[in-house]
Amino acid sequence: MIEVANLSKRYGDLPAVRDVSFTATDGQILGFLGPNGAGKTTTMRIITGFMPATSGTVRVDGFDVFEQSTEVRRRIGYLPENPPLYNDMSVAGFLRFVARLKGVARSEIATALDRVLETCGLTGVRERLLGHLSKGFRQRVGLAQALIHDPPVLVLDEPTIGLDPRQIIDIRTLIKTLGAKRTVVLSTHILPEVSQVCDKVVIINDGRIVVEDQLANLTRGRSLEEVFIAAIGREAHDGGHGAGPEA
Amino acid sequence: MRNVLTIAGRELRSYFSSPVAYVLIAAYLALAGYFFFALLTAFNQTLQIYSMMRNPEMLSRFNLNQMVVVPLLHNISVLLIFIVPAITMRMFPEEKRAGTYELLLTSPVRVGEIVLGKFLGGLVLVLIMVVLSGMFGVLMIAYGNPEVPMMLAGYLGLALMASVFLAVGTLISSFTDNVVIAYVGALFALLVLYTIGWLGETVQGVAGGLVRYASITEHFSEMTKGIIDTKDVIYFATLLVIGLFLTQRSVESVRWR
Repeated sequence: MIEVANLSKRYGDLPAVRDVSFTATDGQILGFLGPNGAGKTTTMRIITGFMPATSGTVRVDGFDVFEQSTEVRRRIGYLPENPPLYNDMSVAGFLRFVARLKGVARSEIATALDRVLETCGLTGVRERLLGHLSKGFRQRVGLAQALIHDPPVLVLDEPTIGLDPRQIIDIRTLIKTLGAKRTVVLSTHILPEVSQVCDKVVIINDGRIVVEDQLANLTRGRSLEEVFIAAIGREAHDGGHGAGPEA
Repeated sequence: MRNVLTIAGRELRSYFSSPVAYVLIAAYLALAGYFFFALLTAFNQTLQIYSMMRNPEMLSRFNLNQMVVVPLLHNISVLLIFIVPAITMRMFPEEKRAGTYELLLTSPVRVGEIVLGKFLGGLVLVLIMVVLSGMFGVLMIAYGNPEVPMMLAGYLGLALMASVFLAVGTLISSFTDNVVIAYVGALFALLVLYTIGWLGETVQGVAGGLVRYASITEHFSEMTKGIIDTKDVIYFATLLVIGLFLTQRSVESVRWR
């Protein structure tokens, strides 16, 4: 369960996220959409406790991300935009390290390791060095490190980026399975991915939430593309405010 | 504590899984060995000259500790000014580049544990170096008769000084995501710390006393003379704690920007 309420974040004078509120319940896969620079990554970094908000609150399973940060971090699995990997470590060595870091009990590390290697299809590259892996495998190790402590909440920043079509299908299936019992927030640019995987859609544009609804409600009688363009189009036409016309 | 050890273990392994640790240790030992050889040759020569002059009074003034051990330890301490920043320069910049900084900071560990873990990992490497350079002491004991307690105090001083260097390097490395800046910044800070005592000779009064107290060489010199004074140990410990505390604050503050 993730509850985001009136979240704002400024980088100096630059507002990145403005008054953002949404909720994701257990068993729900929330698709977090928006153009580049809309504030997706910033929002996710605040939810995971990487950086604090300027104002507003985030609660994860009832724990405040700022006040009870450690409790929140124990419950979140986070895959940042670039999978956080130490290139000089082996797949198994790295995942064991993350398991210890996430507080998995010593006696359960071996089991947890086998479980994520299995679910992410990494058994064959167990002893390979992370620096030698292809982008697809690196992404999967990134997902594996987010899952190693079996967290009830998953935050995935563009989990299918850089994967080939088959791997994309695998990862989507995996996320769907994972989402059955967990709360998943998933950011992406790929709209069909949202239609296939997500239950709920939140569209953010220029730091503001422009759409928050169930996928089924949104796509009644029109495609998600149309919904997306309509949502961001309104803002895009009078563009040039907020993040500025740097394009 | 478990978290600290986890992070320290990874840090230490990363030095040894790349050529970094081996190159640093080899360069350190080769140079220290050269210093030792040069000092010893000079010592032998002086000794021979004075025995030829049959001047027992002069001869008795020369001893291995003063002519070899003390200058060797001082030379090694200068060497460490260049070596330690090479150890600390990767600590934080590399995490920031690889994105593993996000992993560390979103894990249920405290910032203090991250800092302490990284410091301890580097400390083990630095202490390995200091202990390995103890072989020069062993050689002297085997073939001569230096004053062992005095030498041990000197090596303890070296170890303390190296730890302080490491804490300073760790702090500088936490400021940046660029390894070159981390190296040069640490080198700069260490050289200032090392040479600040020079001012103490010219500045008068309270300020001069303060500068002399701040000088790391002053405290190190005492220890190479075989004097283990609490005030010197407290000086090193204080710098160490301040360095690590500021690192913790610096890492914490990144989140607030």
